[in-house]
Amino acid sequence: MKYMLLLVRSDEEWEALSDAEQDYEAIGRWWAENAQAGHVVSGHELEPARTATTVRWQEGKPVVIDGPYVETKETIGGYGIIEVPDLDAAIEIAKTWPARGHAVEIRPVVEGR
Amino acid sequence: MTTFGAPDSRTASAAAITRIVREEAGRLTASLVRLVDDFDVAEDLVQDALVAALEHWPRDGLPERPGAWLLTAARRLAVDRWRREADYRKKVALLESAPVPGSTEVDDRLRLIFICCHPALAREAQVALTLRAVLGLTTAEIARAFLVSEVTLAQRIVRAKRKIVAAHIAYRMPTEQEMPTRMNEVLTVLYVLFNEGYLSSSGQAAVRQELMHDAEWLASLVVRFLPDQPEALGLLALMRLHRARSAARFDVDGHLIVLRDQDRTLWDRGAIIAAAGLVETALRMRSPGPFQLQAAIAACHAEASSWEKTDWHQIWALYGVLLGLAPSPVVALNRSIALRYLRGPRAALAEVDALRGELENYHLFHATRAELLRALGQEAEARAADQRALELTANPAERELLTLRTSECS
Repeated sequence: MKYMLLLVRSDEEWEALSDAEQDYEAIGRWWAENAQAGHVVSGHELEPARTATTVRWQEGKPVVIDGPYVETKETIGGYGIIEVPDLDAAIEIAKTWPARGHAVEIRPVVEGR
Repeated sequence: MTTFGAPDSRTASAAAITRIVREEAGRLTASLVRLVDDFDVAEDLVQDALVAALEHWPRDGLPERPGAWLLTAARRLAVDRWRREADYRKKVALLESAPVPGSTEVDDRLRLIFICCHPALAREAQVALTLRAVLGLTTAEIARAFLVSEVTLAQRIVRAKRKIVAAHIAYRMPTEQEMPTRMNEVLTVLYVLFNEGYLSSSGQAAVRQELMHDAEWLASLVVRFLPDQPEALGLLALMRLHRARSAARFDVDGHLIVLRDQDRTLWDRGAIIAAAGLVETALRMRSPGPFQLQAAIAACHAEASSWEKTDWHQIWALYGVLLGLAPSPVVALNRSIALRYLRGPRAALAEVDALRGELENYHLFHATRAELLRALGQEAEARAADQRALELTANPAERELLTLRTSECS
């Protein structure tokens, strides 16, 4: 089963952290360990939501908007696609995500529909 | 498991059928879920098989092995259902190899309980699904017990089942590493169920009170298959201790009687001794937890010959340990009640008042304050506190009690 881990954070709070608090070393280790264990399919950190561009359709026509789909304090700061046997395994991996102040939303990926 | 000797030629009583349905429905659902990998299909098959049983058994008498009878019926129904599907032969082959209920090592029902109480499901969904899938209650019965509409309840269950499939919550037992949190989740659900029944007043629908017995039955099932889990033992003991006192909880008119005023001769001494034994067994495993401690406290109360002769020191100490394990203002409130009998109402009131910030909207906070204020002779303030408690409680039996108290004092 593939799951997407949505790494949710407040950009503002994240950027206010010091380098030591952000601890990219621990984050790098997490990716390396889970890749080595064969869990990670892909994943990336994302630039803050203020860099987002959204295309919406209004009356059937695409309109380009500066900003994210919804303005919220917490946004997607990154994602990972993992492949594990079941939800419990995904939860166990999500629990080990080291970045401070994050939440991890686990979404099953639709396969072969 | 319910067993029957010779084929029973008597007309099967409704009570006997109910007992069998409870024992077999979950077991059957669980085996079928594993085989057909689809909650809805498995449940439908079981329900249809039960309907068939309700038609046949009262007429033909109970079969010798009701579980096997039901499985056979469910298989036949599955074959009918799948006949038009392309891969039906494969499915049927799988179904034919289904073990007769009762023959699997870890009980399928236990696995089903863990699935229904998966932490990825909302609490209300866990509760509803457990009753539906493990105990075979109808959505109408569950809806009535939880005082919600049948449509709401049905949606809740459907949503939960869809999530189980879509998110791939596996039909397996938790691993050793997952067990502590998963077990805690299961026990919490059973405790919620139990309390729904326990806290309902004597006048309320029987289906609501029945929840108490359902929860206890499920807890005993968990303990039967996982006897080395001290918290499960603790919860079972706690439920049995509460039930042992249930005859004394309401007066003839259905009014709630508080522990202090209960007629202790109505308590089931044998059940109390047995349950206290469970508590000891659990505590000897040397892994104390909230349920064991609550059971130990309940045992202290149950073993006391009167309210005055209660071992308040022991209870106060147990609440202290409980606070250390699971800090909670409600537990602190309860400890202050024990403190009253050790150091007097003034000391207790000081502790209670310190909890106001957290418990301002909790009716028992105000009810406890009222008692202490009354003990200190501050009648007007006591009455105001009782009034506040009354405004905050939704439970009819508790409302009655508080109404009685405010009117008596006025």
